[in-house]
Amino acid sequence: MIAASLATSVSSGLGEEAMIFGQTDEHHMIADTVRSFVEKEIYHHEELVERTGEVPHEIAQEIKQKTIDLGFYACNFPESVGCAGLNHLEFALVERELGRGSMALTHFFGRPQNILMACEGEQVERYLMPAVRGEKMDALAMTEPGAGSDVRGMKCAAVRDGSDWVVNGTKHFISGAEHADFVIVFIATGEDQTPKGPKKRITAFLVDRGHPGFTIRDGYKSVSHRGYKNMILEFDDCRLPAEAVLGEVDGGFEVMNTWLYATRITVAAMSVGRARRVFDYALDYAATREQFGQKIGKFQGVSFQIADMITEIDAADLLTLASADRLDKGLPANREIASAKLYASEMLARVTDAAIQIHGGMGLMDDYPLERFWRDARVERIWDGTSEIQRHIISRDLLRALGA
Amino acid sequence: MKVLVPVKRVIDYNVKVRVKADGSGVDLANVKMSMNPFDEIAVEEAIRLKEKGVAEEVVAVSIGVKQAQETLRTALAMGADRAILVIAADDVHTDIEPLAVAKILKGVIDEEQPGLVLCGKQAIDNDMNATGQMLAALTGWSQATFASEVAIDGDSATVTREVDGGLQTIKVKMPAIISVDLRLNEPRYATLPNIMKAKKKPLDEKTAADYGVDTAPRLEIVKTGEPEERAAGIKVGSVDELVEKLKEAGAV
Repeated sequence: MIAASLATSVSSGLGEEAMIFGQTDEHHMIADTVRSFVEKEIYHHEELVERTGEVPHEIAQEIKQKTIDLGFYACNFPESVGCAGLNHLEFALVERELGRGSMALTHFFGRPQNILMACEGEQVERYLMPAVRGEKMDALAMTEPGAGSDVRGMKCAAVRDGSDWVVNGTKHFISGAEHADFVIVFIATGEDQTPKGPKKRITAFLVDRGHPGFTIRDGYKSVSHRGYKNMILEFDDCRLPAEAVLGEVDGGFEVMNTWLYATRITVAAMSVGRARRVFDYALDYAATREQFGQKIGKFQGVSFQIADMITEIDAADLLTLASADRLDKGLPANREIASAKLYASEMLARVTDAAIQIHGGMGLMDDYPLERFWRDARVERIWDGTSEIQRHIISRDLLRALGA
Repeated sequence: MKVLVPVKRVIDYNVKVRVKADGSGVDLANVKMSMNPFDEIAVEEAIRLKEKGVAEEVVAVSIGVKQAQETLRTALAMGADRAILVIAADDVHTDIEPLAVAKILKGVIDEEQPGLVLCGKQAIDNDMNATGQMLAALTGWSQATFASEVAIDGDSATVTREVDGGLQTIKVKMPAIISVDLRLNEPRYATLPNIMKAKKKPLDEKTAADYGVDTAPRLEIVKTGEPEERAAGIKVGSVDELVEKLKEAGAV
């Protein structure tokens, strides 16, 4: 990849010079630090990961150790467990800058699932603390072949046997599970009859890698984010003790809503960061490539695309940070987060597409990383709630109140 | 020992510099600014001296516009103990000349009484490479420039300097002004706990008038221009043709 580290920031930030309302020197330093970390510690490994689809163990460990040394490991966790306790806005800045780099690699800039804060009793020393110290890695499993957006349609079920649970079923698309020492799994533990038909009761469980009856195996080859694998989890008469329950029995939706609520901000923020990286390539090319005796940026067909790209990127950035800020202020943010996730992920698709258009044929060649950004962008509109689910959340939030 | 580290806010080294249309200078509006990379190396060295127990306190000082506060916060986040901001201009395009900077730094030294000044050998914006030397003249302290290795030994310092012919090692008496070169060290990232702590560290604000220094420019910038563009090359088909072309160009 000849141009993988091409002139990093021609333009980039949202008016680098100007203070965005509500942002402080610390915010800038957090963003700058993570950004230079990604540029110096992540970018040069990307080509290898892209080519092999794997992150070599030594590289993973190196990134993890450097993140720990920087005090950024598990920075989304509170000071009470020895972490930095960043608020949602600060964490969104971290995720935004991480979004510039390959997800397979930034995975080791560890941000364990916040849901682990629901750990109680012995779970704290067994899962929560090792996870935030970088000694154990986690993964989160919800999706099944037959239950994507429709989480309650899950078939993976646990049946009581004495005080134990016996689990059978399959999960797929489980990111990060190949590196996980344990997995937080959402499993059906019963069914309620409602006027709208049967509704599954769901419980979160903590399951160790290697637990009898539990297998983690390779998933599918994805066009997006090579090296950031999706795995398949299989439960075959897997016996879990009562202590494996995270939160309350049948309380899976409560822990989900309490802790996973904000993860959509991550997708939005990462989309913004990646879009800014892509934009720098497009801007640089428009300013240097010559056709018909002049820079192609002089042609309105190109320059207006540049104008549209940066407008959309800045809009998505502000939408994302504003939704995070609402959470920090304790304001309702469900609709705003959905808007940020929807708009930022769709913006990224348009920006990566336009960047390729500006590059012409070369944009599709794997000599440039643009085709990779374009492929990677596709999944952002699907995972963590598809664009359609986000539109549903937004519109229901507005119309339900009006009785429609 | 107290170490004073002057730091300058300059256009970020990654940014493609644009010359203003009227040729009066470089456009700094809405451009990413950062700490001068050589100053970052000086901050790093000062913090290492503190970690080794050679220095007790690291004080960062910046002279310029109010926005240089951000540069000082970066120095504090890296590990400096406190900072002094001397406001000497309102317009971000105003560059305070080395002599005025050196005179203000002399004033800061009189107040702070450091045992060592570590500064970047030059700022990457105008490449003056003068402030450290002028400061040494004003204070009467020893000077060691272009340091690629620094060892403090009580009342003297052994400094390896990068000179054109190679490396030169000199011994200077303390207190001293040491200007640092690129290969002295690799500056650290600010750690997250230090970023959060930086806000609580003291940052004093002063003005050039507090030190009785007139910062009016003594130099006149006649013109600022883009570097000459590199002409396109040609491809040659054989070694003979290459030699012929080189001869034509007078290169051999």
